[in-house]
Amino acid sequence: MSSETGKILTTDGIPLEESLKQAEKKNKIKAFLLVAPLLLFLIITYMIPIGDMFSRSIDDKMVTNMLPKTYKAMENWDGKELPSEEVFEAFYLDYKILVKNKTAGKLQTQLNYEKNGFKSVLKKLARKQKKFEEGNYKEQIMKVHKRWRNVEYWRAIKRRAPSYTYSKYLKGIDMYSNEDGKIVQVSEDRRIHRILWIRTVEVAFFVTLFCFLMAYPIAHLLATLPMKYSNLLMICVLLPFWTSLLVRTASWMILLQQQGIVNDFFVWTGLVADDNRPEMMYNKTGTYVAMTQILLPFMVLPLYSVMKTISPSLMRAGKSLGATPATAFFKVYFPLTIPGIGAGCLLVFILAIGYYITPALVGGASGTLISNQIAYHMKSTLDWSFASAMGLMLLLGVLAIYWIYNKLVGVDNIKLG
Amino acid sequence: MSKKTDFVKFDKVDKSYDGKVLVVKDLNLDIEEGEFVTMLGPSGSGKTTCLMMLAGFETPTNGEIFLDNNPISNIPPHKRGIGMVFQNYALFPHMTVFENLAFPLKVRKMSQEDIEKKVDKALAMVSLGGFANRMPGQLSGGQQQRVAVARALVFDPAVVLMDEPLGALDKNLRESMQYEIKHIHESIGVTVVYVTHDQGEALTMSNRIAVFNDGKVQQLSSPDKLYEEPVNSFVAEFIGENNTFGGEVSEISNGTCKVKLEKGEIIANPISVKSVGEKTTVSIRPERALINPKDKMDNNQKGKIEEVIYHGDHTRVRLNLLGNSEFILKVPNSSQNLDIKLGNEINIGWNSHDARALDPK
Repeated sequence: MSSETGKILTTDGIPLEESLKQAEKKNKIKAFLLVAPLLLFLIITYMIPIGDMFSRSIDDKMVTNMLPKTYKAMENWDGKELPSEEVFEAFYLDYKILVKNKTAGKLQTQLNYEKNGFKSVLKKLARKQKKFEEGNYKEQIMKVHKRWRNVEYWRAIKRRAPSYTYSKYLKGIDMYSNEDGKIVQVSEDRRIHRILWIRTVEVAFFVTLFCFLMAYPIAHLLATLPMKYSNLLMICVLLPFWTSLLVRTASWMILLQQQGIVNDFFVWTGLVADDNRPEMMYNKTGTYVAMTQILLPFMVLPLYSVMKTISPSLMRAGKSLGATPATAFFKVYFPLTIPGIGAGCLLVFILAIGYYITPALVGGASGTLISNQIAYHMKSTLDWSFASAMGLMLLLGVLAIYWIYNKLVGVDNIKLG
Repeated sequence: MSKKTDFVKFDKVDKSYDGKVLVVKDLNLDIEEGEFVTMLGPSGSGKTTCLMMLAGFETPTNGEIFLDNNPISNIPPHKRGIGMVFQNYALFPHMTVFENLAFPLKVRKMSQEDIEKKVDKALAMVSLGGFANRMPGQLSGGQQQRVAVARALVFDPAVVLMDEPLGALDKNLRESMQYEIKHIHESIGVTVVYVTHDQGEALTMSNRIAVFNDGKVQQLSSPDKLYEEPVNSFVAEFIGENNTFGGEVSEISNGTCKVKLEKGEIIANPISVKSVGEKTTVSIRPERALINPKDKMDNNQKGKIEEVIYHGDHTRVRLNLLGNSEFILKVPNSSQNLDIKLGNEINIGWNSHDARALDPK
């Protein structure tokens, strides 16, 4: 053998690497064609919507497009004093078109987000502008409402000039950029999102913990019982999994409500007085109970698949070497189940953090999560860009958890089955 | 110091898993201190169950097991101080070789210094000195096996149990490991109870072999005795090859007996036959029957060669003899010409001492 490591030739004299590439080319193309449909599907149903969500969350073109002349005229305005006649005129012309097209309402809403009380000012202008005479629009507009003399309102318009904004993200964590462009917290009575974020993480964490505590013994039993019992137990674990999510949540509502079965049982056993039935639903307790039950299989299955591969002789070996059953468990068995624990916890946590139906139905006011807030903005306020922003923040949170997990345990250690 | 002859003692042990079938029946077995005893038998014969009862993973349904005169049925496995080598090695995959070996010492709360000394010594014993920091997954099957042996010995147990430890290795490695385990046993003098279904392994390694069948010990004796003097037809059949003739005892006198077959008659050594008229199976080892014997022998028969298979060091010859068409002979491969050709009729002779009349099959 020659010691040359650079180029090894095949018997035909073609460099080995090239020959290998040639030989594998066909297989590579075949493999790619096989995954192509899925790739396409993922791009269309996953990558594009996420991209769309992102652009929607930072998109602020609406106001920009509604007031093109105004923003052009405002380019030279320093924002310290009231703007010049030129700006007033441009605003009047833009607004006139909006009123004519009956789209002024949108502008009113948008600017009202920026400065409270703007809506009524604009509405009044919409009524009065019909009688405006040509020239000296500054005077005429200021006459309509005295707030037009306040530079704050003009600054509010100017703030909406850029086509892109991160204000939705700030709103998601109860902050906003104030009139001076500084990022500050909203007043205390309006800080609702941060509480929701904290509650979401808290619920996800505890649901994961409860799932883990319950699933570990079940999975162990499943993995060690003789086949005929373990199959039955497996069906018991999977049966709720095959039942509709709504049905399961609804049955929890029947069980947990104040006149429900669980409360009846407590009263019957004398644990609680009949007139003092505890509320177990429409609060966090309901969310915890129902979500833990619903997410349990996601913890059991990865744990089971890992435990199944652990040879029973390992525990025996531990004991025969002198370890007490507890030591053998914690030194031998438990470390070997860590890949399953990691997979199960990650799965349950990520599912729990974006959970929607169950908290919406049994959560009540104190048990709703961030996903319910997102849905609220999608369906009720129609503030889709804010919903998108919060959705992306949730996604980033999940990615962050994944990253931390990778640093701590290593993704290679995950075993899903 | 005299060795205790009943260091490990099974006393009338029965074991049943389901309450219907006894997998171990009335087992009585004494194992001497420092002895290498093999439990040999076909699968399902109860040998592994016996080992598990000794290790403490199964409890005897009836009877008692004594270790150094102490009953151990109520002692949990981790307090018995018995080392064990498992079939699939059972190394802890998340620990290095060093940590695996240190495990039994750590749970015994030894000092770090002692642990290191002992682990080094144990690794040197199985010639794996430089492998302390490897993970078990990075070792070959044979190396993993050595680690398992070292781990079972590192805490100086009184008894080491081995449950078919070489089953997963290839033939050459298995043979070299057999010698290695035998030498380790000889050098440290630990009592070893070894389970296998491979008779070659049992014959190579053991001081004594207990042949199991049907939940019972059929015979407990040294390898040579077991092979030369099987006490019943199961042992004769199970250990090595043997040629059998079924027949009826027609005469007993002076330590020999005559057995009448369907065709002809042979003179045999009465082992488990007592009276005329009993049914019996006569067992003859292939190498004890000679072709064209020079000396006079008790039995002389003519047989027709039906098959000749060349095996390198010897030739296997299958004959039709006295109505038995499965009569096997092993002819050493030497230069002497015995005229072994397919279809030839040849003279076969054997001594009555080597034809053992055992229980009927």
